[in-house]
Parts: sequence; structure tokens; C-alpha cells
Amino acid sequence: MAQPSHSAGGFRLTIPQATRSQRWQVLRRSATFWVGATIVVIWVVFAIFGDFVTPFDPLGTPADVLNRLEAPSGEHPLGTDELGRDVLSRVLAGARQVLTVALAATVLGTIFGTALGLVVGYAGGIVDEILSRILDAFLSIPLVITGMLALTALGPNTLGVIVVIGLVFTPIIAKTVRAAVLSERQLDYVTAAQLRRDNGLYVLFVEILPNVANVIIVEFTVRLGYAIFTVLALSFLGFGIEPSIPDWGLMIAQHRGYLTGGIWWPVLFPALAIASLVVAVNLVADSISQAFE
Amino acid sequence: MTAQTAITHPALEVRDLALEYRIGPDWKSALRDINFTVERGESFGLVGESGCGKSTVAMAIMHYLPRNGRVTQGSIRLAGRDVTDLSPRELRDLRVNKISMVYQNPGTALNPSIRIGRQVEDVFELMGVPAREREGRVRQVLDKVQIADPIRVMRRYPHQLSGGMLQRVVIAMAIASRPALLILDEPTTGLDATVEAEVLDLVRDLRDEIGTSVLFISHSLAVIRKMCDRVAVLYAGRLMAVGPTEETFNNPSHPYTVGLLRCLPSPETGRRDETTLDTIPGFLPPLGAEITGCIYAERCGNVQDICREVEPELIPVPGDSVSRCHFWDRAQELPRTVPEAAPRRERSEETLLAITNASKTFVQDGAPVYALHDIDLEIRVGETVALVGESGSGKSTLAKVLLGIHAPDDGTVIALSGKGLSAKVAQRTQGEIGAIQMVFQNPDSALNRRHSVRRIIGRAVRLLRREGRKETDDRTKNLMREVRMGSQHLLAKPRQLSGGLKQRVAIARAFAGTPALVICDEPTSALDVSVQAAIINLLAELQAEENVSYLFISHDLNVVRYIADRVAVMYLGRLMEVGSSPRVFAGPHHPYTEALLSASPDLEEDTRIRLEGEIPAASNPPSGCVFQTRCPRKIGVICETVEPPLEEAEPGWFKRCHIPIEELRLLQGQPPAEVTADPATT
Repeated sequence: MAQPSHSAGGFRLTIPQATRSQRWQVLRRSATFWVGATIVVIWVVFAIFGDFVTPFDPLGTPADVLNRLEAPSGEHPLGTDELGRDVLSRVLAGARQVLTVALAATVLGTIFGTALGLVVGYAGGIVDEILSRILDAFLSIPLVITGMLALTALGPNTLGVIVVIGLVFTPIIAKTVRAAVLSERQLDYVTAAQLRRDNGLYVLFVEILPNVANVIIVEFTVRLGYAIFTVLALSFLGFGIEPSIPDWGLMIAQHRGYLTGGIWWPVLFPALAIASLVVAVNLVADSISQAFE
Repeated sequence: MTAQTAITHPALEVRDLALEYRIGPDWKSALRDINFTVERGESFGLVGESGCGKSTVAMAIMHYLPRNGRVTQGSIRLAGRDVTDLSPRELRDLRVNKISMVYQNPGTALNPSIRIGRQVEDVFELMGVPAREREGRVRQVLDKVQIADPIRVMRRYPHQLSGGMLQRVVIAMAIASRPALLILDEPTTGLDATVEAEVLDLVRDLRDEIGTSVLFISHSLAVIRKMCDRVAVLYAGRLMAVGPTEETFNNPSHPYTVGLLRCLPSPETGRRDETTLDTIPGFLPPLGAEITGCIYAERCGNVQDICREVEPELIPVPGDSVSRCHFWDRAQELPRTVPEAAPRRERSEETLLAITNASKTFVQDGAPVYALHDIDLEIRVGETVALVGESGSGKSTLAKVLLGIHAPDDGTVIALSGKGLSAKVAQRTQGEIGAIQMVFQNPDSALNRRHSVRRIIGRAVRLLRREGRKETDDRTKNLMREVRMGSQHLLAKPRQLSGGLKQRVAIARAFAGTPALVICDEPTSALDVSVQAAIINLLAELQAEENVSYLFISHDLNVVRYIADRVAVMYLGRLMEVGSSPRVFAGPHHPYTEALLSASPDLEEDTRIRLEGEIPAASNPPSGCVFQTRCPRKIGVICETVEPPLEEAEPGWFKRCHIPIEELRLLQGQPPAEVTADPATT
């Protein structure tokens, strides 16, 4: 109430807003986006076809312990690891593990977070008050520690990692979506829906959701970067992954002891892989959020 | 700057200015061939509809274009000095000392977390005033903008001051350096009419006092007319006409000016049963559209073949003016685009909706806020009741109570066609919900930008009529026809439509369930002048066809005078005056109505009474009559102790005031008795 009832909205310096096709044009002309997207696509290709393109069997069967910890050479461009497995093959194949787990976890978190954020933001009042405090409480627990605790209880399995990271992301995404819904709810089209006594689910999912989709897409790409990092941090700490599956975090964990002996290749190359993927995802996330704002 | 150049050069000289914006990958022309001169001490107006480039001109002068804008041609000379190629240092000096700007929204022009005094002081610091003198200078300049208690205001934060007060502070900052040129960009657009009147007076006094030149940008012809010596009319990034204000408006030489003036209802226009409003057909061309010939030809009623082939120059015309029209001498013969005959309608005395003993108390931070108090109002079948009053007077709250969005306090009775109506929309029947609908102020907010027109209207039809798919679709198309839109727009999204078309969609949605009462909350105030007239005509036609009643909330008294059958004046949650529209406009008025009427920028200075201060807080209304703290006609202690009732002082005319009607008549300088019986002559 008591809002100025005739703040004439039409008279401002209006530079036309970007439409969907213009947004795509901005993306297309962004070098950041292309660099990031290219690297991500390369990793996705390896994640899908890794087994067919790697020079050696990444699982290293049969084990070739005689050639363990060989320095990079013509035959093994990135050297071999402590079990004599080809590091190049394991780095390439390792993309599958991290990408599937991180993607699945982010999708899960985004679905839950969006649903929760929509309901909390739209319901408002006491529901918002209570649920928001609960979400805040969850947010105050550090990510990796929560994951470790849960995975200790669940035992090491890939599904566990996905669910845990997804649930940890849920309150973060929910808060972002809630904020977007709160400003959307002020708009008169929501009042108009109330004036025809429209169904709450229709208002939430058909009226409001499409208008906060941009926020969700941006949040999703940003979260994906964090998810990759979290997955790798957990596997580095030895949670969630079976040791035989090629995994960058685990590779570093298993070989960091050799660094002092000057054997750097089984650590450096997975680390570079991690860096390239995380940076690339963040580049994409940055350019998307720029194009959408 | 030496004294000599200062004398020989005008304050501002814009020559052949052209400017582009980059939208997506392309550069699109936003201004072309802009030529005008602001003499020293002159008030120059720039008027035009939104999207014409008014603000862009201001930004170009300030050298403050957005990153996707660039000047491609021409020069901008401030006191003879070209500002288009200044070094950053010179630019800084220019903005500190020579030129100042006041923006539309004072709330965003000030930093919310810094005290007013400190912010004004910053201006003096930039000017190089020594620290010990600054506070005194701040006080002086706040004094100058007629802030009564500068010391107190200096200690405040922006959110603690009203919009009018903030705009004074911003103006104070702008004039602190006694700039050679002061640019005011829609300085009163977000303000109430009463506050607007004060701010305009202030700007006028200041100009006379410090002799600065003023570039005044506004969409409001009335404001420009009141404030400016000369005026330029801008359309689609080009100047259409430039000349002395009187000449431009009283003897227009461009069909666009003629059209704009005809769109505006004025006290001289007949009422809605006597005449329609004329409109300007068509739309503003999109930014950067390549048009051969006159850019206005598409919408011009005087158009000839040559207009589509040769773009006219700015042609000198009598009265020291120029006009970009091949046929400037025929501008005033512009044919009407809308037949003059108003739609005929039937009126009845039957009551449609009655709200009795209504009050609404909100609780804010544990304290009650009395938003509505003791409201009794009835709306008859087929009638338009206008609700007027400053913002914060409770107009929108009353609308929301009727719509069932806010539940009123106990004791409130709302009856629709004699049957009691539930307080909340959730408890009303489907028929009752369809019977009371709303058209919102801003269609951008009222229409879901992700939905097609078909879905927006269709959803309302489906829920309010609950018929089969085919009937729903037929009804949707029918509604589109009723609001004069073609079915080619069915699949369009709101952003593909112009402001006027969007508002038509919103109106169609309100009519989805055959409403008996449509509440129109400032339905035209977010629209341009040319569109406003078409929407008002449409509302009048729909009323004649559907026999619907309107509750029409508006701050534009000329629109109210044109469209309303009865007027209800609200102040601080109470009805102060209710009566037939001709009666309310003719007077004698309630003192508050008198103040509202005299705030109109159409009026001459001396016929005015002024309201002091701001509307009091609804959480702590004044004792006695709530208007007594600001009333120019207050008679004494009785006003402070006893709240007057809303009494029927004449048949059909109600007032909430202790002053007897005869005395009001005398006070307001009206001839006594009888004469008011024929209000149409006033």
C-alpha cells in the first residue's frame, strides 16, 4: 500500500531489451563463450567415446607393473602410473566419471532447488519465513564436510555422491530462485491470475517459472562448475569412487606421494585436466550470465 | 571562458546532431538532423512521446551516452565550446561547473546510505569550495530551493524524505554551481500533481533568480507549455517543429503537434457522451527504420505523394518557427481520424455495487495503519465513477478491497446487485469473480511476457466461463475484435506489441467473463498521449456496448472530467467529496478538491491555492478533520477536534467539511446559487 499509484512507467530512457535471438547473438560473438564451450565439448566427447579413442586400456588390464611410473615417452606421452597404466588414457577416460556425476548432481539440485524456491517464494509469509531459516541453516554447513559425513554413512558409491551433492546444492539454488520469484510475484500478472482464482500450480509452473528460467539457467551453469570441483575433491579424499575407475581426483591422491621423488606426471596431467574443465565451465557460465542480464 | 565569448554565444547550440545505438549486432539511427539553440536565460522545452529520443538528446549534451551509443555527426556547443571531443579532464570540469542535470526519479539519483547534507556537500567539494565554507553553502542552497528546515533535512537519509522533498534536494545540487545550462529530464513525472505544481513553481523562481538557461524535457504538453519560452517537438529522433511555445501550441504548423493536442482532453473538449477524442493512427517506427520521405507520413492525415518521396527540411514558417512539413500551412486542417460522434449508451439509476461502512486497517510493524475509513460509495449500472486523490490516499486499497484481494475490516458490507459479496476472492462464486475485473496501470507488468496473447486472454476466458475448447477459442477471438485487434496478434508475445496494443489485450482479458464492473487503475498513465486517447475511446465504446460500470482511478483530472459520470475524491482513506462529475468540477468544491484542481499545470499562476507539506501518515492521522493540517480554508478549532461526516449538502453531492456550502461558494469566488445548475458552461 501507499505506493505512488501513478509513477508513469513508460517514460524512461528505454534501450530495447535483448530478445532471445539477440541473446544468442551476444553469446555467439563472445570469445569467452567459444573458448569455454570448445574445451567443454572436447571433454564431453572424451567422456562419451573415451574407451574407443584412448591408446591403451585405461583400466590397465592386464596390469603392466614392470613399466610402472615411466616418464613421458613416445609410447606413453604422459607417462605411466604406479600400476603401469597409461596416464594419457586414464586422463581422457577420467572425464566420464566427473562429468556424469557432476551433471547428474547439478540437475538433481536444480530440480529440487527450483521447486522449493518457487513454492517458498510464492507462498510468502510464515511458510517463507520458516523454510528460509531452514535453508539458511543448511547453507551454513560446509559443502565438502557435509558430503564426507553423508558418504561415510552411505558407503562409497557413485549414486551416493550424486544425491549428496544434489541435496547440498538444493538450498543454494532454492534461495536464488526464491529471490527471483519474490520480485516476479509483485507483478500484476500474478494479481490478475488471483483475480480469476487460478490454480496455484498453474501460476507457479506456467506463469512464473518461464519468467525465472534465465535465472535458473545461469545458476545451473555456475553450479556445474562447483559440482565438478566438489566431485573431484571428494574422490581426492577417497570418498565415493571405486579405485579402479579412472578419476582425476583419485589419480592425484594416489600419486601425490611420488612428487617428492620427482615423479610429477601422474599428478600434473590430471590436475591440468581439472583446471581446464573447471575454467572452461566457468567461462561458459560467465558469458551466459552476461548475455542474460 | 572570457566574458566576451560568453556574451556572443548562446547557452546551447546543437547542430546537425546524429546519433546511433547498437542493438544486437547493428547500429541503428536514434537521432538525426537535430538542430536547436537555447539562448542565455531561456527555458527551452523538448517534447515528444516515449522512444522519440528526448532523453538521448540530454545524454548526448551531458556526454553521458550508454556504451552502445555514439554520436556520428554534428556538434553540441555549450557557450560556444564544442563538447563532442573533450578530454576527460575538460569533461569533468564541464559537468562540475557548466551544466547540471535533474533526472526523473529523485529516489535513484541520491545515494540511499549517505546523509543529504554530505551528498550536497560533495558538490561543493568538487567545485573546490574550502571545507569550512561548505556547510554554510549547503544551507544556503537548500534555503534557495525553499526547504524550510535545512539543518534538519541535512541530517536525514534519502528514504526519510518524500519524493517532492528529494527532488528539491536534487535540484539544489544541480544549481549549486550556478550552471550555465540546467537540464531537467521529466523532473515531475513520478510526483503527485500537488507536488508537481510546487516543483514547477520552484524551477521557475530559480530560473528567474539565477538566470540559468533551462532545457526542459517532458512528455507532458501542459507542463512544457507552462514552463518554456520556446519548444521543440521531437518525433522518431527528428525535430518536427521548433518555435515559441505559444505559437507552437496555439497555432501549430505541424500535423504531429496538431494531432498530439487533439488527443488530450481539456476543459474545452466536450464530455464523452458528446464527442470522441481524436487519435493519431499507427505506431512510432522502430529504431533505425529506413524510411524515404517524411518519417511522419505513415501516420499523417494530410499525407500527399511527395511526402513519401522527399523528406521535408525544417521550413521557416510565420511566428518565428520552423516546421518539418511540406504542407505546414494546412496542418490545422488535419482531418479527424475518429468520427466525432460518441457511442450512445443507456444509463440507469439501478445500483450495481454498494460498499458501506468500509474500513481497512493494515498492521505494519505491530502498529495499525488506517488505509480506509468510513467509506460509503455506490456505483450504478453502466456508470463511470472516478476515484481521485494524491498517492497514499487509499484509492488502490479501495479497489483491492472491492476485488477481494484485501479483506476489509469487520463491519464492511459489499453488495453486488443487492446480494452480499464475500470479502475474499477465494470465497466468491465464479459469476461474482467474473463480474468484477481489473485493468492495471502498466500492461508490461500486467501481461505475462512469456505468454502469447491467445494464452493470456484464453486462460481468463476458460476460468471465468468454463466452456468447451471451441467456445473458449471463439470467445477469445471475439474479445480481440471487441478491443479492435486483428487475429494476426493472437500468437504474439507482449514484447512484440506496442504499449497501446498491450493495454488492449489487458482490457480484453478484463472483459473475458462479461464483467459488470471493471476497475481501471490509471489505465492510461503509462501510455503515450496518442495512445491514451485511443484507449479512452475504446473504454467508452465498450461501456456503451456492454453496459458495464467502471471505477476509474486516475490522477489526470482532464481525463476524469472527460470520461466520468461521477467523481469521488479521496484523502487519507476517506471520501472527501462525491458528486456528479460536472458538479464536482464546477464547484463549490471541497477545499481538498479545490487544491487538486488548482494544481493542474493548465492553470495560470494567480488562480491557484497551494497545499502545504505532504499527505500525513495513515498510521497517525490528524485529529478532527484529517485534512485540517493542510487545509487552506481551515476555519478554526472545530476542524481540529471534530471529524465532519460525509453529508449530502445538495441532492447527489456529498462533502466531508465543516464549512457550509454557501460559504465555500463565496470563498472560492463563485457567483452565488443557481448558476451551478448548468455546469457544462464552465
